[in-house]
Amino acid sequence: MSTPAKIYGPPKNLARRKFTNSLMITLCVVAGVVTILPLLYIFFYTTKSGLSSVNIDFFTQLPKPVGESGGGMANAIVGSIILIGLGSLVGIPVGILAGIYVSEYSKSIVSTIVKFTTDVLSGIPSIIVGIFAYGIIVLPMKRFSALAGGFALGILMIPTITKVTEEMLRLVPQTLREASLALGVSRWKTSLFVVLKTASSGIITGILLAIARAAGETAPLLFTSFGNSFWQTSIDQPMAALPLQIFSYAISPYEEWHRQAWAGAFVLIFLVFVVNLLVRYVTRSKYGAS
Amino acid sequence: MELRNESVKMPEAAADDTEILNPDHDQDDAETDKASKIAVQTESLSVFFNERPAIEDISLKLRRNRVTAIIGPSGCGKSTFLRALNLMHEMTPKSRVIGRIRIHGKDITSSSSVDVRKKVGMVFQKPNPFPTMSIYDNVVAGLRLNGKRRNSELDEIVERNLKHAGLWEEVKDRLKAPALSLSGGQQQRLCISRTIAVNPEIILMDEPTSALDPISTAKIEELIYNFKSEYSIIIVTHNMQQAARVSDSTAFLYLGKLIEFSKTRRMFTNPKEKLTEEYVTGKFG
Ligand SMILES: Nc1ncnc2c1ncn2[C@@H]1O[C@H](COP(=O)(O)OP(=O)(O)OP(=O)(O)O)[C@@H](O)[C@H]1O
Ligand SMILES: [Mg+2]
Repeated sequence: MSTPAKIYGPPKNLARRKFTNSLMITLCVVAGVVTILPLLYIFFYTTKSGLSSVNIDFFTQLPKPVGESGGGMANAIVGSIILIGLGSLVGIPVGILAGIYVSEYSKSIVSTIVKFTTDVLSGIPSIIVGIFAYGIIVLPMKRFSALAGGFALGILMIPTITKVTEEMLRLVPQTLREASLALGVSRWKTSLFVVLKTASSGIITGILLAIARAAGETAPLLFTSFGNSFWQTSIDQPMAALPLQIFSYAISPYEEWHRQAWAGAFVLIFLVFVVNLLVRYVTRSKYGAS
Repeated sequence: MELRNESVKMPEAAADDTEILNPDHDQDDAETDKASKIAVQTESLSVFFNERPAIEDISLKLRRNRVTAIIGPSGCGKSTFLRALNLMHEMTPKSRVIGRIRIHGKDITSSSSVDVRKKVGMVFQKPNPFPTMSIYDNVVAGLRLNGKRRNSELDEIVERNLKHAGLWEEVKDRLKAPALSLSGGQQQRLCISRTIAVNPEIILMDEPTSALDPISTAKIEELIYNFKSEYSIIIVTHNMQQAARVSDSTAFLYLGKLIEFSKTRRMFTNPKEKLTEEYVTGKFG
Protein backbone atom coordinates (compact mmCIF):
# COMPACT_ATOMS: atom_id res chain seq x y z
CA MET A 1 0.00 0.00 0.00
CA SER A 2 1.37 3.39 -0.94
CA THR A 3 0.92 6.28 1.39
CA PRO A 4 -1.12 9.34 0.37
CA ALA A 5 2.06 11.41 0.35
CA LYS A 6 3.37 9.28 -2.43
CA ILE A 7 0.20 9.62 -4.46
CA TYR A 8 0.27 13.39 -4.33
CA GLY A 9 4.05 13.69 -4.69
CA PRO A 10 5.63 15.04 -7.89
CA PRO A 11 5.09 12.63 -10.80
CA LYS A 12 8.15 11.16 -12.44
CA ASN A 13 7.35 12.56 -15.85
CA LEU A 14 6.77 16.11 -14.68
CA ALA A 15 9.34 17.57 -17.07
CA ARG A 16 7.71 15.87 -20.03
CA ARG A 17 4.27 17.04 -18.99
CA LYS A 18 5.46 20.58 -18.64
CA PHE A 19 7.07 20.40 -22.05
CA THR A 20 3.88 19.01 -23.65
CA ASN A 21 1.91 21.74 -21.96
CA SER A 22 4.09 24.56 -23.27
CA LEU A 23 4.15 22.96 -26.71
CA MET A 24 0.36 22.87 -26.88
CA ILE A 25 0.07 26.44 -25.66
CA THR A 26 2.59 27.57 -28.26
CA LEU A 27 0.66 25.77 -31.00
CA CYS A 28 -2.55 27.48 -29.90
CA VAL A 29 -0.90 30.88 -29.92
CA VAL A 30 0.55 30.26 -33.38
CA ALA A 31 -2.84 29.17 -34.68
CA GLY A 32 -4.37 32.28 -33.15
CA VAL A 33 -1.85 34.52 -34.85
CA VAL A 34 -2.36 32.71 -38.16
CA THR A 35 -6.06 33.55 -38.00
CA ILE A 36 -5.50 37.19 -37.17
CA LEU A 37 -2.71 37.88 -39.66
CA PRO A 38 -4.63 37.55 -42.94
CA LEU A 39 -7.41 39.74 -41.59
CA LEU A 40 -4.98 42.44 -40.46
CA TYR A 41 -3.11 42.20 -43.73
CA ILE A 42 -6.28 42.50 -45.80
CA PHE A 43 -7.44 45.37 -43.71
CA PHE A 44 -4.23 47.35 -43.88
CA TYR A 45 -3.50 46.61 -47.51
CA THR A 46 -7.01 47.57 -48.62
CA THR A 47 -6.87 50.72 -46.55
CA LYS A 48 -3.45 51.65 -47.86
CA SER A 49 -4.33 51.06 -51.52
CA GLY A 50 -7.92 52.21 -51.39
CA LEU A 51 -8.16 55.05 -48.95
CA SER A 52 -6.33 57.54 -51.18
CA SER A 53 -8.99 57.13 -53.91
CA VAL A 54 -11.90 57.42 -51.51
CA ASN A 55 -13.31 60.92 -51.68
CA ILE A 56 -16.67 62.64 -51.90
CA ASP A 57 -16.83 61.92 -55.64
CA PHE A 58 -16.46 58.24 -54.98
CA PHE A 59 -19.71 58.23 -53.05
CA THR A 60 -21.62 60.69 -55.23
CA GLN A 61 -20.48 60.18 -58.82
CA LEU A 62 -21.21 57.57 -61.42
CA PRO A 63 -18.32 55.69 -63.02
CA LYS A 64 -16.57 57.71 -65.70
CA PRO A 65 -15.78 56.25 -69.14
CA VAL A 66 -12.24 55.00 -69.72
CA GLY A 67 -9.77 57.79 -70.14
CA GLU A 68 -11.61 60.34 -68.04
CA SER A 69 -10.29 60.54 -64.54
CA GLY A 70 -12.41 60.89 -61.40
CA GLY A 71 -15.89 59.47 -61.07
CA GLY A 72 -17.11 57.14 -58.37
CA MET A 73 -19.19 54.14 -57.52
CA ALA A 74 -22.28 55.79 -56.08
CA ASN A 75 -24.56 53.53 -58.10
CA ALA A 76 -22.72 50.40 -57.01
CA ILE A 77 -22.82 51.38 -53.34
CA VAL A 78 -26.55 52.03 -53.46
CA GLY A 79 -26.99 48.90 -55.58
CA SER A 80 -25.18 46.76 -53.05
CA ILE A 81 -27.30 48.13 -50.23
CA ILE A 82 -30.49 47.39 -52.18
CA LEU A 83 -29.31 43.90 -53.11
CA ILE A 84 -28.36 43.09 -49.54
CA GLY A 85 -31.69 44.47 -48.39
CA LEU A 86 -33.55 42.25 -50.84
CA GLY A 87 -31.40 39.28 -49.86
CA SER A 88 -32.13 39.93 -46.18
CA LEU A 89 -35.86 40.07 -46.89
CA VAL A 90 -35.62 36.53 -48.23
CA GLY A 91 -32.83 35.10 -46.13
CA ILE A 92 -33.56 36.37 -42.63
CA PRO A 93 -37.21 35.37 -42.21
CA VAL A 94 -36.83 32.05 -43.98
CA GLY A 95 -33.59 31.28 -42.16
CA ILE A 96 -34.95 32.15 -38.73
CA LEU A 97 -38.24 30.34 -39.19
CA ALA A 98 -36.49 27.25 -40.52
CA GLY A 99 -34.10 27.40 -37.56
CA ILE A 100 -37.04 27.62 -35.15
CA TYR A 101 -38.71 24.74 -36.88
CA VAL A 102 -35.66 22.53 -36.70
CA SER A 103 -34.87 23.38 -33.09
CA GLU A 104 -38.32 23.62 -31.53
CA TYR A 105 -40.35 21.16 -33.55
CA SER A 106 -37.66 18.63 -34.21
CA LYS A 107 -39.74 15.54 -33.70
CA SER A 108 -40.89 15.17 -37.26
CA ILE A 109 -39.12 13.67 -40.24
CA VAL A 110 -39.64 16.97 -42.05
CA SER A 111 -37.26 18.75 -39.72
CA THR A 112 -34.59 16.12 -40.34
CA ILE A 113 -34.99 16.79 -44.04
CA VAL A 114 -34.82 20.55 -43.49
CA LYS A 115 -31.65 20.12 -41.46
CA PHE A 116 -30.03 17.95 -44.08
CA THR A 117 -31.05 20.32 -46.86
CA THR A 118 -29.56 23.37 -45.17
CA ASP A 119 -26.32 21.49 -44.65
CA VAL A 120 -26.20 20.62 -48.33
CA LEU A 121 -27.22 24.12 -49.34
CA SER A 122 -24.39 25.65 -47.37
CA GLY A 123 -21.95 23.57 -49.40
CA ILE A 124 -23.29 24.54 -52.83
CA PRO A 125 -20.97 26.93 -54.72
CA SER A 126 -22.50 30.38 -54.89
CA ILE A 127 -22.27 30.53 -58.67
CA ILE A 128 -24.69 27.62 -58.88
CA VAL A 129 -27.15 29.51 -56.72
CA GLY A 130 -26.72 32.35 -59.24
CA ILE A 131 -27.57 29.98 -62.08
CA PHE A 132 -30.61 28.80 -60.14
CA ALA A 133 -31.82 32.37 -59.71
CA TYR A 134 -31.13 32.96 -63.40
CA GLY A 135 -33.29 29.98 -64.24
CA ILE A 136 -36.28 30.84 -62.11
CA ILE A 137 -36.28 34.65 -62.21
CA VAL A 138 -34.14 36.04 -65.05
CA LEU A 139 -35.39 33.68 -67.76
CA PRO A 140 -39.12 34.16 -67.08
CA MET A 141 -38.69 37.93 -66.68
CA LYS A 142 -36.52 37.97 -69.78
CA ARG A 143 -34.06 40.39 -68.20
CA PHE A 144 -31.39 40.70 -65.56
CA SER A 145 -32.66 42.31 -62.40
CA ALA A 146 -31.80 43.30 -58.87
CA LEU A 147 -34.68 41.08 -57.83
CA ALA A 148 -32.90 38.01 -59.15
CA GLY A 149 -29.64 39.13 -57.54
CA GLY A 150 -31.28 39.74 -54.17
CA PHE A 151 -33.01 36.40 -54.40
CA ALA A 152 -29.71 34.62 -55.04
CA LEU A 153 -28.08 36.41 -52.10
CA GLY A 154 -31.06 35.52 -49.91
CA ILE A 155 -30.75 31.83 -50.77
CA LEU A 156 -27.07 32.01 -49.87
CA MET A 157 -27.90 33.54 -46.50
CA ILE A 158 -30.44 30.91 -45.50
CA PRO A 159 -28.13 28.04 -44.41
CA THR A 160 -25.98 30.22 -42.15
CA ILE A 161 -28.96 31.82 -40.48
CA THR A 162 -30.83 28.54 -40.08
CA LYS A 163 -27.83 26.85 -38.54
CA VAL A 164 -27.03 29.66 -36.13
CA THR A 165 -30.68 30.07 -35.14
CA GLU A 166 -30.99 26.37 -34.46
CA GLU A 167 -27.85 26.25 -32.36
CA MET A 168 -28.66 29.37 -30.37
CA LEU A 169 -32.21 28.19 -29.66
CA ARG A 170 -30.91 24.87 -28.42
CA LEU A 171 -28.86 26.76 -25.82
CA VAL A 172 -32.01 28.28 -24.33
CA PRO A 173 -32.85 26.29 -21.19
CA GLN A 174 -35.93 24.11 -21.40
CA THR A 175 -37.27 25.60 -18.16
CA LEU A 176 -37.73 28.94 -19.92
CA ARG A 177 -39.97 27.37 -22.54
CA GLU A 178 -41.89 25.65 -19.79
CA ALA A 179 -42.21 28.88 -17.83
CA SER A 180 -43.84 30.50 -20.81
CA LEU A 181 -46.06 27.55 -21.69
CA ALA A 182 -47.16 27.29 -18.06
CA LEU A 183 -48.54 30.83 -18.34
CA GLY A 184 -50.91 29.61 -21.01
CA VAL A 185 -48.83 31.09 -23.81
CA SER A 186 -49.16 29.10 -27.00
CA ARG A 187 -46.24 27.26 -28.45
CA TRP A 188 -45.59 29.50 -31.41
CA LYS A 189 -45.69 32.62 -29.25
CA THR A 190 -43.31 30.94 -26.83
CA SER A 191 -40.96 30.11 -29.69
CA LEU A 192 -41.03 33.61 -31.16
CA PHE A 193 -41.33 35.92 -28.17
CA VAL A 194 -39.56 34.02 -25.42
CA VAL A 195 -37.12 31.53 -26.89
CA LEU A 196 -36.09 33.53 -29.93
CA LYS A 197 -35.86 36.72 -27.91
CA THR A 198 -33.65 35.09 -25.33
CA ALA A 199 -31.33 33.79 -28.02
CA SER A 200 -31.45 36.95 -30.09
CA SER A 201 -27.94 38.26 -29.56
CA GLY A 202 -26.35 35.07 -30.84
CA ILE A 203 -28.72 34.91 -33.77
CA ILE A 204 -27.97 38.52 -34.68
CA THR A 205 -24.29 37.65 -34.84
CA GLY A 206 -25.17 34.88 -37.28
CA ILE A 207 -27.29 37.21 -39.39
CA LEU A 208 -24.46 39.73 -39.56
CA LEU A 209 -22.12 36.99 -40.66
CA ALA A 210 -24.54 36.00 -43.40
CA ILE A 211 -24.95 39.64 -44.49
CA ALA A 212 -21.20 40.15 -44.59
CA ARG A 213 -20.83 37.05 -46.74
CA ALA A 214 -23.62 38.10 -49.06
CA ALA A 215 -22.25 41.63 -49.39
CA GLY A 216 -19.03 40.32 -50.87
CA GLU A 217 -20.54 37.72 -53.19
CA THR A 218 -19.74 38.34 -56.83
CA ALA A 219 -20.43 35.08 -58.63
CA PRO A 220 -24.17 34.82 -57.95
CA LEU A 221 -24.67 38.37 -59.21
CA LEU A 222 -23.01 37.77 -62.56
CA PHE A 223 -26.10 36.38 -64.27
CA THR A 224 -28.70 37.90 -62.03
CA SER A 225 -28.13 41.53 -61.11
CA PHE A 226 -25.54 41.73 -63.88
CA GLY A 227 -24.21 45.19 -63.11
CA ASN A 228 -24.99 48.61 -64.51
CA SER A 229 -22.91 51.73 -65.19
CA PHE A 230 -25.85 54.05 -64.65
CA TRP A 231 -28.19 55.02 -61.87
CA GLN A 232 -30.74 52.32 -61.31
CA THR A 233 -32.95 51.90 -58.31
CA SER A 234 -35.90 49.90 -59.65
CA ILE A 235 -35.48 46.35 -58.59
CA ASP A 236 -36.75 44.87 -61.85
CA GLN A 237 -33.76 46.29 -63.70
CA PRO A 238 -30.09 45.28 -63.83
CA MET A 239 -28.28 46.89 -60.95
CA ALA A 240 -24.69 47.70 -60.12
CA ALA A 241 -23.09 46.15 -57.06
CA LEU A 242 -19.77 46.84 -55.37
CA PRO A 243 -18.26 43.37 -55.84
CA LEU A 244 -19.24 43.36 -59.54
CA GLN A 245 -17.78 46.80 -60.04
CA ILE A 246 -14.61 45.87 -58.18
CA PHE A 247 -14.31 42.76 -60.29
CA SER A 248 -14.69 44.52 -63.65
CA TYR A 249 -12.38 47.36 -62.63
CA ALA A 250 -9.75 45.06 -61.21
CA ILE A 251 -9.47 42.96 -64.38
CA SER A 252 -9.28 46.07 -66.57
CA PRO A 253 -5.87 47.23 -67.84
CA TYR A 254 -6.26 50.79 -66.56
CA GLU A 255 -4.27 52.11 -63.62
CA GLU A 256 -7.03 54.56 -62.67
CA TRP A 257 -9.61 51.79 -62.51
CA HIS A 258 -7.34 49.67 -60.35
CA ARG A 259 -7.20 52.44 -57.81
CA GLN A 260 -10.97 52.71 -57.91
CA ALA A 261 -11.26 48.95 -57.42
CA TRP A 262 -9.18 49.25 -54.25
CA ALA A 263 -11.32 52.09 -53.07
CA GLY A 264 -14.38 49.94 -53.76
CA ALA A 265 -12.91 47.09 -51.73
CA PHE A 266 -12.23 49.46 -48.87
CA VAL A 267 -15.77 50.83 -48.96
CA LEU A 268 -17.21 47.31 -49.08
CA ILE A 269 -15.35 46.30 -45.92
CA PHE A 270 -16.33 49.55 -44.30
CA LEU A 271 -19.97 49.07 -45.25
CA VAL A 272 -20.07 45.61 -43.67
CA PHE A 273 -18.46 47.06 -40.59
CA VAL A 274 -21.02 49.86 -40.33
CA VAL A 275 -23.93 47.47 -40.82
CA ASN A 276 -22.45 45.38 -38.05
CA LEU A 277 -22.26 48.25 -35.60
CA LEU A 278 -25.65 49.59 -36.58
CA VAL A 279 -27.47 46.29 -36.12
CA ARG A 280 -25.75 45.68 -32.83
CA TYR A 281 -26.69 49.11 -31.62
CA VAL A 282 -30.32 48.86 -32.68
CA THR A 283 -30.81 45.39 -31.23
CA ARG A 284 -28.63 45.75 -28.17
CA SER A 285 -29.97 43.95 -25.16
CA LYS A 286 -30.86 46.16 -22.27
CA TYR A 287 -30.12 43.45 -19.79
CA GLY A 288 -27.00 41.91 -21.20
CA ALA A 289 -28.60 38.49 -21.06
CA SER A 290 -27.06 35.67 -23.08
CA MET B 1 -41.17 11.94 15.92
CA GLU B 2 -39.98 15.49 16.27
CA LEU B 3 -42.66 16.89 13.99
CA ARG B 4 -45.26 16.68 16.71
CA ASN B 5 -43.44 19.37 18.64
CA GLU B 6 -43.57 21.85 15.78
CA SER B 7 -46.25 24.46 15.59
CA VAL B 8 -47.96 22.84 12.67
CA LYS B 9 -50.77 24.80 11.12
CA MET B 10 -53.61 22.39 10.91
CA PRO B 11 -56.36 22.28 8.33
CA GLU B 12 -59.80 23.15 9.61
CA ALA B 13 -61.83 20.73 7.59
CA ALA B 14 -60.61 17.52 9.10
CA ALA B 15 -64.02 15.94 8.83
CA ASP B 16 -63.85 16.00 5.06
CA ASP B 17 -61.11 13.48 5.05
CA THR B 18 -63.23 10.53 4.15
CA GLU B 19 -65.15 12.55 1.65
CA ILE B 20 -61.99 13.39 -0.23
CA LEU B 21 -61.10 9.79 -0.48
CA ASN B 22 -64.52 8.49 -1.28
CA PRO B 23 -64.08 6.54 -4.51
CA ASP B 24 -67.80 6.35 -5.15
CA HIS B 25 -68.04 9.98 -6.11
CA ASP B 26 -70.43 10.54 -8.98
CA GLN B 27 -68.07 11.41 -11.81
CA ASP B 28 -70.47 12.82 -14.33
CA ASP B 29 -72.37 15.00 -11.96
CA ALA B 30 -69.91 17.87 -12.08
CA GLU B 31 -72.42 20.44 -10.95
CA THR B 32 -73.13 18.96 -7.56
CA ASP B 33 -71.93 20.60 -4.40
CA LYS B 34 -69.42 17.91 -3.73
CA ALA B 35 -67.84 18.20 -7.14
CA SER B 36 -67.56 21.96 -6.94
CA LYS B 37 -65.42 21.53 -3.87
CA ILE B 38 -62.97 19.46 -5.85
CA ALA B 39 -60.25 21.40 -7.64
CA VAL B 40 -58.41 18.52 -9.22
CA GLN B 41 -59.47 14.98 -9.67
CA THR B 42 -57.41 12.29 -11.34
CA GLU B 43 -58.80 8.93 -12.31
CA SER B 44 -56.38 6.09 -12.96
CA LEU B 45 -53.77 8.53 -14.15
CA SER B 46 -50.67 6.89 -15.58
CA VAL B 47 -47.76 8.46 -17.43
CA PHE B 48 -45.33 6.51 -19.55
CA PHE B 49 -41.94 7.54 -20.88
CA ASN B 50 -40.72 5.30 -23.66
CA GLU B 51 -43.46 2.88 -22.63
CA ARG B 52 -42.02 2.65 -19.11
CA PRO B 53 -44.48 3.80 -16.47
CA ALA B 54 -43.34 6.75 -14.33
CA ILE B 55 -46.61 6.94 -12.42
CA GLU B 56 -49.30 4.30 -12.43
CA ASP B 57 -52.97 4.37 -11.79
CA ILE B 58 -53.14 7.41 -9.53
CA SER B 59 -56.64 8.40 -8.45
CA LEU B 60 -56.94 11.43 -6.22
CA LYS B 61 -59.38 14.16 -5.38
CA LEU B 62 -57.85 17.40 -4.26
CA ARG B 63 -60.06 19.96 -2.61
CA ARG B 64 -60.49 23.52 -3.63
CA ASN B 65 -58.70 26.21 -1.61
CA ARG B 66 -56.48 23.71 0.09
CA VAL B 67 -52.79 23.01 -0.04
CA THR B 68 -51.90 19.48 -1.01
CA ALA B 69 -48.36 18.26 -0.57
CA ILE B 70 -46.87 15.50 -2.68
CA ILE B 71 -44.02 13.68 -1.01
CA GLY B 72 -41.93 10.67 -1.84
CA PRO B 73 -38.37 9.62 -2.56
CA SER B 74 -36.50 10.95 -5.57
CA GLY B 75 -37.69 9.46 -8.83
CA CYS B 76 -41.03 8.28 -7.49
CA GLY B 77 -42.95 10.38 -9.99
CA LYS B 78 -43.90 13.53 -8.08
CA SER B 79 -42.90 15.90 -10.85
CA THR B 80 -44.40 13.57 -13.41
CA PHE B 81 -47.73 13.69 -11.61
CA LEU B 82 -47.63 17.46 -11.24
CA ARG B 83 -46.71 18.06 -14.87
CA ALA B 84 -49.56 15.83 -16.01
CA LEU B 85 -51.99 18.26 -14.42
CA ASN B 86 -51.07 21.16 -16.70
CA LEU B 87 -50.55 18.90 -19.71
CA MET B 88 -46.83 19.64 -19.78
CA HIS B 89 -46.04 16.14 -20.96
CA GLU B 90 -47.25 17.18 -24.39
CA MET B 91 -43.81 18.68 -24.74
CA THR B 92 -41.97 15.47 -23.98
CA PRO B 93 -41.35 13.20 -26.92
CA LYS B 94 -42.30 9.56 -26.41
CA SER B 95 -44.48 10.26 -23.43
CA ARG B 96 -48.00 8.95 -23.04
CA VAL B 97 -50.61 9.96 -20.51
CA ILE B 98 -53.62 7.76 -19.87
CA GLY B 99 -56.48 8.12 -17.46
CA ARG B 100 -58.62 11.13 -16.75
CA ILE B 101 -57.92 14.51 -15.21
CA ARG B 102 -60.74 16.77 -14.12
CA ILE B 103 -60.20 20.37 -13.20
CA HIS B 104 -63.22 21.71 -11.33
CA GLY B 105 -65.20 18.81 -12.65
CA LYS B 106 -64.30 19.35 -16.28
CA ASP B 107 -62.39 16.65 -18.08
CA ILE B 108 -59.30 18.35 -19.52
CA THR B 109 -57.76 15.36 -21.22
CA SER B 110 -58.97 16.62 -24.57
CA SER B 111 -58.94 20.35 -23.81
CA SER B 112 -56.55 22.80 -25.37
CA SER B 113 -53.42 22.91 -23.27
CA VAL B 114 -53.31 26.70 -23.58
CA ASP B 115 -56.70 27.01 -21.89
CA VAL B 116 -55.80 24.50 -19.20
CA ARG B 117 -52.55 26.26 -18.35
CA LYS B 118 -54.26 29.60 -17.93
CA LYS B 119 -56.25 27.98 -15.15
CA VAL B 120 -53.44 25.82 -13.80
CA GLY B 121 -50.28 27.83 -13.18
CA MET B 122 -46.90 26.42 -12.29
CA VAL B 123 -43.91 27.49 -10.22
CA PHE B 124 -40.67 25.65 -10.89
CA GLN B 125 -37.88 24.29 -8.76
CA LYS B 126 -35.27 26.72 -9.99
CA PRO B 127 -36.40 30.34 -10.29
CA ASN B 128 -36.74 30.94 -14.02
CA PRO B 129 -37.61 34.56 -14.75
CA PHE B 130 -37.33 35.56 -18.40
CA PRO B 131 -33.73 36.76 -18.61
CA THR B 132 -34.26 39.35 -21.33
CA MET B 133 -37.04 41.09 -19.45
CA SER B 134 -37.25 43.58 -16.61
CA ILE B 135 -38.96 42.84 -13.32
CA TYR B 136 -42.02 44.69 -14.58
CA ASP B 137 -42.11 42.86 -17.89
CA ASN B 138 -41.75 39.52 -16.18
CA VAL B 139 -44.85 40.07 -14.09
CA VAL B 140 -47.00 40.91 -17.08
CA ALA B 141 -45.29 38.56 -19.53
CA GLY B 142 -48.20 36.14 -19.54
CA LEU B 143 -50.76 38.89 -20.10
CA ARG B 144 -48.72 40.62 -22.78
CA LEU B 145 -47.98 37.42 -24.65
CA ASN B 146 -51.64 36.57 -24.54
CA GLY B 147 -52.48 39.90 -26.08
CA LYS B 148 -53.50 42.11 -23.18
CA ARG B 149 -51.65 45.35 -23.72
CA ARG B 150 -53.47 48.25 -22.09
CA ASN B 151 -50.59 49.95 -20.35
CA SER B 152 -52.60 51.86 -17.76
CA GLU B 153 -54.03 48.56 -16.63
CA LEU B 154 -50.65 46.86 -16.54
CA ASP B 155 -49.12 49.25 -14.00
CA GLU B 156 -51.84 48.40 -11.57
CA ILE B 157 -51.56 44.67 -12.28
CA VAL B 158 -47.82 44.74 -11.67
CA GLU B 159 -48.20 46.50 -8.35
CA ARG B 160 -51.01 44.26 -7.16
CA ASN B 161 -49.27 41.01 -8.06
CA LEU B 162 -45.90 42.03 -6.69
CA LYS B 163 -47.60 43.01 -3.44
CA HIS B 164 -49.42 39.74 -3.43
CA ALA B 165 -46.16 37.86 -3.75
CA GLY B 166 -44.56 39.98 -1.03
CA LEU B 167 -41.99 41.48 -3.36
CA TRP B 168 -43.32 44.98 -3.94
CA GLU B 169 -41.50 46.76 -1.14
CA GLU B 170 -38.19 45.31 -2.26
CA VAL B 171 -38.48 46.19 -5.93
CA LYS B 172 -40.87 49.13 -6.28
CA ASP B 173 -38.02 51.53 -7.00
CA ARG B 174 -36.43 49.43 -9.69
CA LEU B 175 -39.21 47.84 -11.67
CA LYS B 176 -37.30 48.42 -14.88
CA ALA B 177 -34.21 46.62 -13.61
CA PRO B 178 -33.34 43.27 -15.14
CA ALA B 179 -35.09 40.36 -13.48
CA LEU B 180 -31.77 38.58 -13.14
CA SER B 181 -30.49 41.33 -10.86
CA LEU B 182 -32.71 39.94 -8.10
CA SER B 183 -31.58 37.37 -5.57
CA GLY B 184 -32.69 33.77 -5.94
CA GLY B 185 -35.46 34.10 -3.39
CA GLN B 186 -36.67 37.35 -4.94
CA GLN B 187 -36.59 35.75 -8.36
CA GLN B 188 -38.76 32.94 -7.10
CA ARG B 189 -41.27 35.40 -5.68
CA LEU B 190 -41.14 37.21 -9.02
CA CYS B 191 -41.98 33.92 -10.71
CA ILE B 192 -44.88 33.54 -8.31
CA SER B 193 -46.17 37.03 -9.22
CA ARG B 194 -45.81 36.13 -12.86
CA THR B 195 -47.86 33.00 -12.27
CA ILE B 196 -50.66 34.66 -10.33
CA ALA B 197 -50.81 37.61 -12.74
CA VAL B 198 -52.66 35.45 -15.26
CA ASN B 199 -55.31 34.63 -12.62
CA PRO B 200 -54.96 30.89 -12.31
CA GLU B 201 -57.27 28.90 -10.07
CA ILE B 202 -54.79 26.19 -9.27
CA ILE B 203 -51.07 26.61 -8.69
CA LEU B 204 -48.65 23.72 -9.06
CA MET B 205 -45.34 24.09 -7.29
CA ASP B 206 -42.49 21.70 -7.91
CA GLU B 207 -40.04 22.00 -5.00
CA PRO B 208 -40.36 25.79 -5.11
CA THR B 209 -37.96 26.38 -2.25
CA SER B 210 -35.33 23.72 -2.74
CA ALA B 211 -32.93 26.20 -4.31
CA LEU B 212 -33.50 28.85 -1.65
CA ASP B 213 -32.13 29.86 1.73
CA PRO B 214 -34.21 29.38 4.92
CA ILE B 215 -35.44 32.96 5.06
CA SER B 216 -36.62 33.01 1.46
CA THR B 217 -38.15 29.61 2.09
CA ALA B 218 -40.08 30.93 5.06
CA LYS B 219 -41.37 33.84 2.99
CA ILE B 220 -42.62 31.53 0.28
CA GLU B 221 -44.23 29.18 2.78
CA GLU B 222 -46.06 32.13 4.24
CA LEU B 223 -47.26 33.08 0.78
CA ILE B 224 -48.50 29.57 0.18
CA TYR B 225 -50.39 29.65 3.42
CA ASN B 226 -51.99 33.00 2.60
CA PHE B 227 -52.81 32.00 -0.95
CA LYS B 228 -55.22 29.35 0.22
CA SER B 229 -58.21 31.65 0.23
CA GLU B 230 -57.80 32.29 -3.49
CA TYR B 231 -56.06 29.32 -5.02
CA SER B 232 -55.85 25.58 -4.73
CA ILE B 233 -52.22 24.66 -4.36
CA ILE B 234 -50.37 21.44 -5.04
CA ILE B 235 -46.80 21.44 -3.85
CA VAL B 236 -44.10 18.85 -4.32
CA THR B 237 -41.54 18.88 -1.57
CA HIS B 238 -38.68 16.85 -0.19
CA ASN B 239 -38.89 18.62 3.08
CA MET B 240 -41.21 16.85 5.54
CA GLN B 241 -41.38 19.85 7.84
CA GLN B 242 -42.41 21.98 4.92
CA ALA B 243 -45.15 19.55 3.98
CA ALA B 244 -46.30 19.55 7.59
CA ARG B 245 -46.18 23.33 7.86
CA VAL B 246 -47.98 24.33 4.70
CA SER B 247 -50.26 21.55 3.58
CA ASP B 248 -53.73 20.37 4.52
CA SER B 249 -53.50 17.00 2.84
CA THR B 250 -50.52 14.98 1.78
CA ALA B 251 -50.07 12.34 -0.88
CA PHE B 252 -47.22 9.89 -0.56
CA LEU B 253 -45.92 8.39 -3.79
CA TYR B 254 -43.54 5.51 -3.97
CA LEU B 255 -42.20 3.91 -7.15
CA GLY B 256 -44.84 5.61 -9.23
CA LYS B 257 -47.76 4.48 -7.10
CA LEU B 258 -49.93 6.34 -4.66
CA ILE B 259 -49.32 4.72 -1.30
CA GLU B 260 -51.34 6.96 0.92
CA PHE B 261 -53.37 10.13 0.73
CA SER B 262 -54.78 11.70 3.83
CA LYS B 263 -54.85 14.70 6.09
CA THR B 264 -51.37 16.00 6.66
CA ARG B 265 -51.71 15.80 10.41
CA ARG B 266 -52.67 12.19 10.17
CA MET B 267 -49.94 11.45 7.67
CA PHE B 268 -47.28 12.68 10.02
CA THR B 269 -48.69 11.34 13.26
CA ASN B 270 -50.58 8.22 12.52
CA PRO B 271 -50.18 7.05 8.93
CA LYS B 272 -52.20 4.11 7.73
CA GLU B 273 -49.40 2.50 5.79
CA LYS B 274 -46.20 1.19 7.25
CA LEU B 275 -44.26 2.44 4.20
CA THR B 276 -45.52 5.97 4.82
CA GLU B 277 -44.46 5.84 8.41
CA GLU B 278 -40.99 4.67 7.47
CA TYR B 279 -40.66 7.44 4.91
CA VAL B 280 -41.92 10.31 7.03
CA THR B 281 -39.76 9.26 9.95
CA GLY B 282 -36.74 9.18 7.71
CA LYS B 283 -36.09 5.46 7.74
CA PHE B 284 -35.60 5.56 3.96
CA GLY B 285 -35.82 7.95 1.02
N1 LIG C 1 -38.65 13.24 -19.84
C1 LIG C 1 -38.47 12.01 -19.34
N2 LIG C 1 -38.06 11.01 -20.13
C2 LIG C 1 -37.88 9.77 -19.63
N3 LIG C 1 -38.05 9.43 -18.35
C3 LIG C 1 -38.47 10.40 -17.50
C4 LIG C 1 -38.69 11.73 -17.94
N4 LIG C 1 -39.08 12.47 -16.88
C5 LIG C 1 -39.10 11.64 -15.83
N5 LIG C 1 -38.72 10.39 -16.19
C6 LIG C 1 -38.66 9.22 -15.30
O1 LIG C 1 -39.85 9.14 -14.58
C7 LIG C 1 -39.59 8.79 -13.22
C8 LIG C 1 -40.20 9.81 -12.29
O2 LIG C 1 -39.53 11.03 -12.45
P1 LIG C 1 -39.95 12.36 -11.70
O3 LIG C 1 -39.16 13.47 -12.26
O4 LIG C 1 -41.42 12.49 -11.73
O5 LIG C 1 -39.48 12.04 -10.21
P2 LIG C 1 -39.59 12.96 -8.94
O6 LIG C 1 -40.42 12.23 -7.96
O7 LIG C 1 -40.04 14.32 -9.29
O8 LIG C 1 -38.10 12.97 -8.43
P3 LIG C 1 -37.27 14.17 -7.74
O9 LIG C 1 -37.70 14.18 -6.32
O10 LIG C 1 -35.87 13.73 -7.87
O11 LIG C 1 -37.58 15.42 -8.46
C9 LIG C 1 -38.08 8.67 -13.08
O12 LIG C 1 -37.74 7.32 -13.13
C10 LIG C 1 -37.54 9.38 -14.30
O13 LIG C 1 -36.36 8.77 -14.74
MG1 LIG D 1 -39.06 16.26 -9.39
